[in-house]
Amino acid sequence: MKIYGKEVDNLRKSEMIAMLLAGGQGSRLGVLTSNKAKPAVPFGGKYRIIDFAMSNCVNSGVTTVGVLTQYRPLQLNQHIGIGSPWDLDRRRGGVTILSPHMKTASGEWYAGTADAIYQNMDFIDQCNPEYVLILGGDHIYKMDYSRMLAFHKKNNCDVSIAALEIPIEEASRFGVINIRDDNRIYEFEEKPPKPKSNLVNMGIYIFKWDLLRDALERDNKIHPDSDFGKHVLPMLLEEGRRMFAYPFLGYWRDVGTVESYWAANMDLIQTVPDFNLYENFDKTYTDSDHQPPLFTGLNSEVKASIVSEGCEVLGKVYNSILGPDVIVEEGAVVINSILMKSCYVGKNSVLDRTIVDAHCKIGDNTHLGADVGEIVPNIHRPKIYDTGITVVGEHSEIPGNVRIGKNCVIYGKTTSDDYPEGQLDSGQSIVKEVNQSGVRS
Amino acid sequence: MRAVGIILAGGRNERLGALTENRAASALPVGSCYRAIDFPLSSMTNSGIQKVAIITQYNSRSLHDHLSSPKWWDLGNKQGGMFVFSPYQSGENSMWFRGTADAIFQNLTYLKRSNEPYVIISSGDCVYKMDFNKLIAFHEQKQADITIAYRQVPDGDDIRQYGVMELDQAERMTDLEQKPLEPQSDLASIGVYIISRPLLIELIETIVSEGRYDLVLDLLSRYRKRLRIYGYRFDGYWRNLGSIHSYFDCNMDFLRREIRNDFMLQHPYIKTKPKDEPPAKFNNDAHVVNCIVGSGAILNGYANRSVIFRRVFTGDRSHITNSILMEGTHIWNDCVIENAIIDKDVILHSGARIIGTPESPIVITKGQEVKA
Repeated sequence: MKIYGKEVDNLRKSEMIAMLLAGGQGSRLGVLTSNKAKPAVPFGGKYRIIDFAMSNCVNSGVTTVGVLTQYRPLQLNQHIGIGSPWDLDRRRGGVTILSPHMKTASGEWYAGTADAIYQNMDFIDQCNPEYVLILGGDHIYKMDYSRMLAFHKKNNCDVSIAALEIPIEEASRFGVINIRDDNRIYEFEEKPPKPKSNLVNMGIYIFKWDLLRDALERDNKIHPDSDFGKHVLPMLLEEGRRMFAYPFLGYWRDVGTVESYWAANMDLIQTVPDFNLYENFDKTYTDSDHQPPLFTGLNSEVKASIVSEGCEVLGKVYNSILGPDVIVEEGAVVINSILMKSCYVGKNSVLDRTIVDAHCKIGDNTHLGADVGEIVPNIHRPKIYDTGITVVGEHSEIPGNVRIGKNCVIYGKTTSDDYPEGQLDSGQSIVKEVNQSGVRS
Repeated sequence: MRAVGIILAGGRNERLGALTENRAASALPVGSCYRAIDFPLSSMTNSGIQKVAIITQYNSRSLHDHLSSPKWWDLGNKQGGMFVFSPYQSGENSMWFRGTADAIFQNLTYLKRSNEPYVIISSGDCVYKMDFNKLIAFHEQKQADITIAYRQVPDGDDIRQYGVMELDQAERMTDLEQKPLEPQSDLASIGVYIISRPLLIELIETIVSEGRYDLVLDLLSRYRKRLRIYGYRFDGYWRNLGSIHSYFDCNMDFLRREIRNDFMLQHPYIKTKPKDEPPAKFNNDAHVVNCIVGSGAILNGYANRSVIFRRVFTGDRSHITNSILMEGTHIWNDCVIENAIIDKDVILHSGARIIGTPESPIVITKGQEVKA
């Protein structure tokens, strides 16, 4: 019996499983994350941000993925479903959504990144892996984690951390890693004012599971809000563990702010983009059951843009990203903008440097991102909307014949009564009551 | 659901020429991302039918390729699901399907093992969208033995290529003539039938034992007086992909908004095998008007009144009008294409010119390379 049991265990064993942290709010994306977690925010037309990490897992042969959700998980859960778009609907392994849950004594939210993993140790034990890959669900990149695992094994690492070289003047916004010539890490600096190197932590870790398990248990006794960057990694470094930086050379973007989100989208429309979705290998997968063609009308013009399935473009679209099923009516002009799923732009309307979340309706002859009033950062959230981009939240409506300035925020169903003199000055917001599901009442 | 489905997708059609050299007519690519069979198949599952058999024979590989998984049509069920039948060898019989009725006969177990009272039969190479619940309701209301869906053939469409029906006041069929020289009406069968399952089993067993193998001639036409056969009028869009011309026209029909509305923009959608292509990309010098474009396409040149499938690439200063570019077509710079059907994975080298006439579009066969 024992021998039989052992064999079964070995068959069950996956060498490496992934734990994908997707619970973050991403508050600096403003109204875009008011009703969904940051990993669920649409990106590049038809995708959502989490698709890139999920697709990387599958393309790397990691077919057991735990997705840890917390903040507003509805859209994320629906998107992931049983994992079919990523071929993760499997008899064994596949995708498992791990939400915070009640325990016998109490229930707890995930208080930190390491705490989230700590609270799901039973899931990992069940999978019984040798290695655990820890990922964030909120970055845009393509990476082969199996190569990182090979690096991990070659260097006999306890922990390996994917690291990226960035311009040193930006390094102070990140966790900086200082390494010796053999890539072994000797120091972490969290957002240092004067970084010693330009190598930053991408938030992608491979641990030996038994070592991580032990570290999580010990750290959780000290820090209830146990965090990898702040607590677990420094602790292991102090203990003299073999920690190596795995150099990543490739496109990687943190899309945590409105401006960086907009810019990373715009990277896709270059003639030969740095981040190329059009390769025939290692594709990015997403949930799209309905993929009809798009249509360009007789008087339309579409240049330097990517346009998703089911769009009907009758007007003009330049330097923009259109999600699925968007309608741009005759005479409308969309420039430097991002329109997500099922938006409608009425006749002769103009959108310039505007991000419009899904299911929004914009009336005829309306102008968003216009030069209205003095160009100032948003009065209510000046740190979030300060680069001239106007943002419209999901399921909003904007009437016809209004002019809306830059750095504006609109969320909810607005009527012409909300726009005295038919305009909204730059830096102003209209945010209406929204109910729990995020759909405007 | 009270019906099971059968889609007849095995036939060969000479009039499609090079387009069906390597594929079944039911596997013809349509409307930039679909295959012909998606239309009857989606109509069935959208109507709630949960068990569908697809009968293949001629060039069946292409269909098997497309029908790789039943889940794309919501048929990945334990109860019911999708059955793909090709001719097979067995102890008692090693024959090809000798006709449509024989094809059903050779797979009669499928019907015998079902419990649903009705069978809905459709051909696999027609583009239409039908709610079969209405067909069932009509069939029951008329207490018919068999109901045949028909449409009034519009002017300009040659009725002599169809099965022509004559109906009495009560819509009971009095005559059915295949491809008549002198049609007696303008009502043509659209190849969609409903019949009770036990009756179909009985009739098929009878006619095959008499050495008759064709569903239309030997069953519908021969039994037209003995059985209560009714006609069900269908007013929606319908087109048979019976010739290169009708294939071309059908694709171009998708440039009309009402057709796209019907099939693509309104529930229930036509479902197809997903391909994980990124959104279509229009570069700086692209000028693409009055076209439908599939995902994964990268466009640089001029295109007008064309159907552009997935993963098509068009180079700088390319000039495309009134053409169909199937999946994976790669067109380098300075090419001119007019009135053409470019089959899958064709490569046009820089400066190549392919010019047909609107009356007879030129067909470039799959995988060909064309030099300037």
